[in-house]
Amino acid sequence: MKRLAFLLFAAMQCARAQDAGESEHVAPDPPQSRVHAMPYHEMADMMGMDDRRNFGKFMLDRFEWQEASGDGRLEWDATAWYGGDYDKLWFESEGERGNGTTQDSRTELAWDRILSPWWNLRLGARHDGGIGPSRDWAAFGVAGLTPGFFDVEARVYLGENARTALRLSAHRDYLLSQRLVLQPEAELSAYGKDDPERLIGTGLSDVKVGLRLRYEIRRELAPYLGVRWVGHFGDSADYRKAAGDVAHEWLWLAGIRAWY
Amino acid sequence: MLTRRTFVTGASAGALWSFAGRGAIAAAGSARELAGPHFDLTVDYLPVNYTGSARNAVAINGQVPAPTLRMRQGDEVSIRVTNRLREQTSIHWHGFIVPADMDGVPGLSFNGIPPGATFTYRFKVNQSGTYWYHSHSRFQEQVGLYGAIVVERRGGERHRADREHVLLLSDWTDHDPERIYATLKKQSNYYNFHKLTAREHLALPPAERRMWSSMRMDPTDLADVGGYAYTYLLNGVTPAANWNAAFTPGERVRLRIINGSSMSFFDLRIPGLELTVVAADGQDIEPVTVDELRIGTAEVYDLIVEPRDAAYSIFAQAMDRSGFARGTLAPRAGMTADVPALDKPALLSMADMGMHHEGMVMTDHAPLNHAPAENGPIVDMRASMAMPRLDDPGVGLRDNGRRVLTYADLATLGGPIDARDAAREIELHLTGHMERYIWSFNGQKFSDAEPLRFSHGERLRVTLVNDTMMTHPIHLHGMWSEIVDPRGAFRVRKHTVIVQPAQRLSYLVTADALGSWAYHCHLLYHMEAGMFREVQVG
Repeated sequence: MKRLAFLLFAAMQCARAQDAGESEHVAPDPPQSRVHAMPYHEMADMMGMDDRRNFGKFMLDRFEWQEASGDGRLEWDATAWYGGDYDKLWFESEGERGNGTTQDSRTELAWDRILSPWWNLRLGARHDGGIGPSRDWAAFGVAGLTPGFFDVEARVYLGENARTALRLSAHRDYLLSQRLVLQPEAELSAYGKDDPERLIGTGLSDVKVGLRLRYEIRRELAPYLGVRWVGHFGDSADYRKAAGDVAHEWLWLAGIRAWY
Repeated sequence: MLTRRTFVTGASAGALWSFAGRGAIAAAGSARELAGPHFDLTVDYLPVNYTGSARNAVAINGQVPAPTLRMRQGDEVSIRVTNRLREQTSIHWHGFIVPADMDGVPGLSFNGIPPGATFTYRFKVNQSGTYWYHSHSRFQEQVGLYGAIVVERRGGERHRADREHVLLLSDWTDHDPERIYATLKKQSNYYNFHKLTAREHLALPPAERRMWSSMRMDPTDLADVGGYAYTYLLNGVTPAANWNAAFTPGERVRLRIINGSSMSFFDLRIPGLELTVVAADGQDIEPVTVDELRIGTAEVYDLIVEPRDAAYSIFAQAMDRSGFARGTLAPRAGMTADVPALDKPALLSMADMGMHHEGMVMTDHAPLNHAPAENGPIVDMRASMAMPRLDDPGVGLRDNGRRVLTYADLATLGGPIDARDAAREIELHLTGHMERYIWSFNGQKFSDAEPLRFSHGERLRVTLVNDTMMTHPIHLHGMWSEIVDPRGAFRVRKHTVIVQPAQRLSYLVTADALGSWAYHCHLLYHMEAGMFREVQVG
């Protein structure tokens, strides 16, 4: 009935249009063939269009030589991810090498899940290497972009023998020009239990504050110069001093940032 | 070493084609013309060099742009398309009202054209005007698969001209489009080299600075991909190579302007000439005279100009002012005119972001209702206020001292195709997340959304509200979008509708086309990232 009414209406329209000599519109014929019903992945393949595709990124955020009172060391901080808009596999590696050995390293593997427009959840595992016995942790964290464009991360770790740890970090880019970028950063670590073999004491163990000035030759490649202050506190500072190290120091640094 | 300048403007000349026009009108374009009603098109790779770097385009019959197809209203056309690529291809007849299985969208209309295969499109051409065609497979449109269609009106043009030229604008890239899309997913502001520096950010009025800071967005974000990756072409010719066309002084010259780009809006003007706009998206309109017009991706405008005995630059700057397409209209070969400087890139305002200005007087408008999914993680903003603003020329064109075309200036001759009022309304919000580079309707990507269902024969109102900071060209396949003013009166019939940030715009649709149709943002990477819906008419 509805269709009949429409056909009647269409015929009237047509006649009216011819009277006016204006409207050229003619409804198209029904299709002679239809595409068979198919699941999303098959359709995406046929359409050559897929909003669920996975991507991967490797980011060497810091690869730098640090120099403090004649003593030099290499530090790196790399991230890699692979996945879609909602879920990603997240990998991080950070550490320092000096005197021919890896002094300290942190490796994390996590499931990164979109939580809200500006926050992601990261659940995974962390492995600490370098000097001293290695440590393994379960990691629970969030990462996000706050108002004011601060990239922040907060993570809580649970290890063997009831060890706990907290790690907070933040950085922000200030554009001095379209290619010259000043990046302040800060990082804080705290532990719930003494770990003298790794020179870690209970409470706030260390704070790092840095300022890096990079020049983006292209977006993916930027050499930089910077300065960093590293301070150890409480028992962590005492363990370091006992080991012949300093509790806090200023570092000059030069490095390269690259991603793909 | 290629300098940045030569990269943007193009270092080498593209091939120029000329031909004799048919009939009384002397026509010339850089793409060779094919006359109907039977067409043979072969899709194949084509080595090209626009910037000094050799690349492979995807071309039809060895041409970028593809040959202009000339048809006559009333023709029963057949178009044989042979695929010589190593991947599937397809051709969509943009703005054509054809049966759903002839619409050329793989997965919705048909199964696509596999490598080595030939598919024959057959349909009756009931309409007339300027249209275009392009691939609907993957990113082939970005690498050259687009061309113009001219349908001669039965009984002659309403707005007569002595000569005509097709001006097809596009955005060529030496980059692999797959790489461009992946890059946007990894760093969405990668291609923006007009970002506010820290100092410029500090110089903003405090209220704006706070807004941008809290929204985590940049007021310079006018295009996702710009001159860093794109060389803008006019009829397949770089600005440096300067496409040119002839006229005889005293002639009325019709310019059929098509934006066949993948991601670019152009602001076009021809300094020294008034532009009389006589058709929009192939539909004749009440002539309106302007100095400049913005043409969104996939939009089409026909202009008539009356040049004197002088050379004129056709200047189409990208909306983000990162480059331009350019050509020359001149009575004799070898003449050139000054090319204007690019305008300063504009900043989005608080009104663009759908935010209330401090101290602004609130007019009576209904509060916006957002779909539940818009509160999800893949939507970064929701306008708190959206206005019809049909008379707003858009960001970067406001108060520039020139008469700029707006949608309020457009009035399609002959009225709507259907005199009925809408029996129901569908409200769709254009949504996205710039930083994550996810685009959607109502907070749902294509893969997460159910098809929209139109009842066969119904007349319905589609209201679009742009909750993003970008301007989107929205294209409904198979059915006309008849824009109405805020009082509901018919204004203009279009196939591609630009929706500005924080704009609320309505059009009526007669669902007289049975089948499955694509409905999407015509920015290629927005469509890929989820700003796409299937419409089922049944």
